[in-house]
Amino acid sequence: MIYRRRASPLHAARAGVGCAYCAALALAVLLLSAPILLGALVISIAGAAVFAGVGREIRRAALFALPLGLLVMAVNMLVAQGGLTVIARLGDLPVFGQTDVTLEATVYGAVLGVRAVALILCGALYTAAVDPDEVLALFRRFSFHSALTATLATRMVPVLARDARRLADAQRCRPGPPPSRARLMRATTSGVLDRALDVAAALEVRGYGAARRQGRRGRVRKPWSRHDLAFAASAAGLVALAIGVRLAGLAPFTSDPSLHAPVRAGGVAAAVAIVLCALLPFADRRGIER
Amino acid sequence: MSVLALDQVTYTYPGAVAPAIADVTLEIGPGELVVLAGASGSGKSTLLRAANGLAPHFYGGVFQGRATVAGMDTRDHGPGALAAAVGTLFQDPETQVVMGTVRAELALPLENQGETPAAVARAVEEAALALGIAHLLDRPTAELSGGELQRVALGAALAGRPKLILLDEPTSQLDPVAGDELIALLRRLNEDFDAAIVIAEHRLERCLAFADRAIAMRGGRVVCDAAPAEFLAWACESAPELATPGAKLLAGLGLEPVAGVKAARAALRSRGMLPDTGAPEVEHNRRRRSGPKAALRFERVWHEIDRGPVVLRGVSLEIATGERVALMGRNGAGKSTLLRHAAGLMRPTRGRVQSSGRVALLLQNPADYLVHEHVRLEASASALATVGLGDPAVRERHPRDLSGGEKQRLALAIVLDDPDRQTAVVCLDEPTRGMDRRRKDDLAALLCELEAGVLVATHDPEFVAAFAQRVVLLADGTPIADGSPREVLVGGTYFATETARILGGAGGALRPDEGVAFVSGAGAEVGA
Repeated sequence: MIYRRRASPLHAARAGVGCAYCAALALAVLLLSAPILLGALVISIAGAAVFAGVGREIRRAALFALPLGLLVMAVNMLVAQGGLTVIARLGDLPVFGQTDVTLEATVYGAVLGVRAVALILCGALYTAAVDPDEVLALFRRFSFHSALTATLATRMVPVLARDARRLADAQRCRPGPPPSRARLMRATTSGVLDRALDVAAALEVRGYGAARRQGRRGRVRKPWSRHDLAFAASAAGLVALAIGVRLAGLAPFTSDPSLHAPVRAGGVAAAVAIVLCALLPFADRRGIER
Repeated sequence: MSVLALDQVTYTYPGAVAPAIADVTLEIGPGELVVLAGASGSGKSTLLRAANGLAPHFYGGVFQGRATVAGMDTRDHGPGALAAAVGTLFQDPETQVVMGTVRAELALPLENQGETPAAVARAVEEAALALGIAHLLDRPTAELSGGELQRVALGAALAGRPKLILLDEPTSQLDPVAGDELIALLRRLNEDFDAAIVIAEHRLERCLAFADRAIAMRGGRVVCDAAPAEFLAWACESAPELATPGAKLLAGLGLEPVAGVKAARAALRSRGMLPDTGAPEVEHNRRRRSGPKAALRFERVWHEIDRGPVVLRGVSLEIATGERVALMGRNGAGKSTLLRHAAGLMRPTRGRVQSSGRVALLLQNPADYLVHEHVRLEASASALATVGLGDPAVRERHPRDLSGGEKQRLALAIVLDDPDRQTAVVCLDEPTRGMDRRRKDDLAALLCELEAGVLVATHDPEFVAAFAQRVVLLADGTPIADGSPREVLVGGTYFATETARILGGAGGALRPDEGVAFVSGAGAEVGA
């Protein structure tokens, strides 16, 4: 998955704000555990992806994340022994010992799984909708070389992936038995080192070795656009909502010893507020092309 | 004052027994456009590395003599410090574009120089406009084509308005259209800006016409430093592998060689030697069948990418045993895909591919085939002998230490080396990329010796004229012309040799010797 500039309000916002928006969604996922609120957050993330024009990318990330979510749920089912409602007795299992699967552990595992999936989706939204070069430019003020190293690593991933595909095709063209994995690994490593040397030479002639920190003189102050303001407000609103809902206990959720997740008006209102707060900035579609 | 001055520079790479360049003395003035010529390994790249400080600061080794760039001694200033005065462009566009977007890439060198954001933003805009890449500024670099990437890399080299631009075979990894565009761009930049340009290039016919000087290197030494016409006269006499086809044609007719098609035509016209007959009428797109003994047969082969374009559109083609066929066409025409179908790396979405034996495929990068520590372990002795690598000393060498041409021959030996199945057809994908003329001639000779059918995807009409018996021209996944090289290559401008372009296709002459024979009066016998 790579960043591609699209005509969307989120892409039009400055990278720092886009970053804060995705971070706010992730923070809300970490702070809130009630299923209704987690559901609202998943809807918010998916809606943001669709309105930002990166729905296909997020769907691909979801397909990747789903098995991980299920794994988290399964592990919790087997490991957590809390809960009163036994739904399966698996007997004496190696490593786990006497294992009873309870409804409470299963539901809590599901909550953890959804959280894991939602966090991955936040990361995917960030990757697809926030300009990495702009983000790195922010960090460059603190550590120029580290930021550039991170950029290079990102840039080289697709290049090396193409190299790997090419190498695999070439090996398929060799008659006879395929070479051993160790030999292939050695050949691949040689190729990567060649690439690294070329990249290092290119960086040298671009003045990387003598890089100087930018002065403050002449710094361009980019005015805040309507989308910068909207997403910054949305991020702040999401954080405030998450903290407020948690402190006020508007949507309580416990799973031990028994499930307790009452649906109250306050919880429903909080869920609706989260979705509105996350998606309202997408309503204004003026000036989204660059 | 010169922009670049080398004074008796000798440089030896670490661990090397002989210097890569020896006793080189030259000066480049402001605004000069200099072409650096020479076979692979002659020291062109090393000379450029000495000029931008990579030698010795990056590569190590022993540096003797003195090199100054815009008044800065390269012994005291490393590549980072010299970057403000020298812009460098290398061969491979993939490894010299390092940032995620074009805008960030253009900004990087200026940010490294500590320029203010306002100055960076302005320089980025100007470089983008000068190179015609303003529309790419917000595109991810991972999505750009090779030609676009090379333009972006050139933009990054230019963004700081350097006094000297060094280009090391910048078109070798590009298709001819992108290569020609890049050269035309350089020409315009040289005229508009006052930057001196030094370009190392194998296809001299591309850039000699507008160069101020040509410098030839051999064995690490400068052997000729002259104006293009004088250089060509010297090359025809002393280094035929550096002479352009046009120069060989004129020299063969007893005329002084000149650079460029236009000048060559003018020279012929002034002597009344330019034939006024056009290209012979040819019948294009006739389907050729080689009968039941076809070594390779494509039957209405389609390749349709899921949610993507159609790459091949019902291609029907036959290659006879021992037939040498060139597959030409612009980038994206479907050449490489057709070769992959031939070798079974891809399956047609419709239609089928049949062969009378094994189909060997040599892809663009021969190094991808090399996995062992000794040449002798990569292929059998007989296969190595077939490609001219039978020498015991070569057999003991590490494959990655071989020259580019040797690597390619070794990779060819690898794909041919199947004791269990007879090779019916050998397919090669762009085998002459980055090759000097001598290596191309060697490869053409090797292909002519093979008993199997040969199918080569290439953009290089001179190479096609040297080896092919038949040319198939692909466009949008469909063969649009199929005939002898003479039939296909004489009528056009892009898919035509320099000789054919100078003579306007007259007599069907493709190679300089054929052109000389035709103009001298033996035209009736020209052409295969």
